[in-house]
Amino acid sequence: MSFDDIKQLLTEKFGDTVITGEETTGLQPALLINPDDITAVCLELRNNSKTYFDFLSSLSGVHYNDETNRYGVVYHLASIPYKTQLTLKISKPHPKESSELPEFKSITSVYRTADWHEREAYDLLGIYFEGHPDLRRILLPDDWEGFPLRKDYQNAEFYKGIRID
Amino acid sequence: MVITNPKYEEALLRYNKKIADASVEDMILNVGPQHPSTHGVLRLELITDGEIVKEVIPHIGYLHRCFEKHAESLTYQQTIPFTDRLDYLASMNNSHAFVMGVERMMGIDKDIPKRVEYIRVLVCELNRIASHLIAIGTYGIDIGAFTPFLWCFRDREHIMGMLEWASGSRMLYNYIWVGGLFYDLPVGFEERCREFVEYFKPKMVELNQLLTDNQVFISRTANVGVLPLDVAINYGCSGPMLRASGLKWDLRRIDNYSAYPEIDFEIPIGQGLMGKVGDCWDRYKVRVDEIEQSLRIVEQCLDRLQKELKRTPDFDPRAKMPRKTIPKAQDYYVRCEGAKGELGFYFMTDGKSEIPTRVKSRGPSFNNLSVLPELSKGVLIADLIAIVGSIDFVLGEVDR
Repeated sequence: MSFDDIKQLLTEKFGDTVITGEETTGLQPALLINPDDITAVCLELRNNSKTYFDFLSSLSGVHYNDETNRYGVVYHLASIPYKTQLTLKISKPHPKESSELPEFKSITSVYRTADWHEREAYDLLGIYFEGHPDLRRILLPDDWEGFPLRKDYQNAEFYKGIRID
Repeated sequence: MVITNPKYEEALLRYNKKIADASVEDMILNVGPQHPSTHGVLRLELITDGEIVKEVIPHIGYLHRCFEKHAESLTYQQTIPFTDRLDYLASMNNSHAFVMGVERMMGIDKDIPKRVEYIRVLVCELNRIASHLIAIGTYGIDIGAFTPFLWCFRDREHIMGMLEWASGSRMLYNYIWVGGLFYDLPVGFEERCREFVEYFKPKMVELNQLLTDNQVFISRTANVGVLPLDVAINYGCSGPMLRASGLKWDLRRIDNYSAYPEIDFEIPIGQGLMGKVGDCWDRYKVRVDEIEQSLRIVEQCLDRLQKELKRTPDFDPRAKMPRKTIPKAQDYYVRCEGAKGELGFYFMTDGKSEIPTRVKSRGPSFNNLSVLPELSKGVLIADLIAIVGSIDFVLGEVDR
């Protein structure tokens, strides 16, 4: 199924609001999805016999660091029966210096791959995934402060009383 | 900025409570981080009932270096040595994937000379053999066979020596560069490589007699840790792990990148010869078969490199190297078949600088390891070691 067919399929199923835009400038086109619908969209793309995107290659959290301080998640899906690939993107603005984390819906119920990848995005970028079964830090220690891959991250000077050089 | 919302702490509290409860009713057993059979610094927290493993909780991150942060502060060319350290047993494959992604974003992937492509495939396949030899050797030692380990390391040493000759270092090569190679192959490399292939083929027969058909080994691995295909796909397993579950899925054939479309090789899959499809023995056997296929690829590369793509005095492997590596503003996800499975790099570039704004590396070991809690529910502790060994992960890539 081509990129446009997938777009049409999703619009027919979920209405016009599900796709908020598309990026076609690069080598791989990407669909921008409404963040609230991402779990349903992934489930539909996985189960629909015309698409069968059954393999989640990668899930990356992104901090865009633009005027609205957007946070986003990029999903790279692959279909094993049809040998195709698809990129989905969700993002939403988040106030700077907020004491809350940006929140997105978890897709762990669709792809178990997302389990550890979402934990990694939570760990390094501070993105909270609603509905994740076990959202703990995965790579950094549990008591680490801050989220290193955020663009405004300041390197810590001390870790447990030990100076970091 | 202080993060206060209590729901962010919920999962940690839940985990702490689970461990506290389990230590009353069951037994908590730590395997690692300094246990030889965890193949590095992996800590497995087991909740056990006698010899039965009720639950496995892997703790990773002991080797975390934040590769992604490094990649976001260094240029593409400077990041290549860091990619070597991801899967340090198959460094060539890592840098090949990274370099291919950058070349495609730059639009120079079609200009790379054929000889360079063939050398890349040659060294990648040699490195894949070395990586699988470690997987097989250490798997033997995990479940009590000491000799194959020594034999595998003896043969791997020849590959290490050859790659050292080509690149100057034994494990972390920094050999494949954007737009070309560090150097051309040294004079006489092809001949020595051919000697190695001739030497190595009978050694594989010996290894098969020693380990593959060994009844003790089969008893320990057959029907243990059976991974059904749907679970493997849902967990994002790839490489030998996915193929052992019975799916012909090899990105060298699916994506047909580099020189692979011109090379003839088979894709071995698990057939359940000794037990069920997708058990530990199948995963081991797929690696053994892949070594044989890699040897075929190496021979075909050598044929081409010694005949129509012979070295010429004016051949410059750095001729196509871009002066400034500034790709157009775009997002690109490149995937290729590393020694452990689908190795991916996701780049976000702004089109202005030589430094990407975001790099994410998708390590195959990371996803292959995440299926471990699912695989090892209700197995014996001794079988857990067999399962962990058969996954063949490298902690450098899990932790990044």
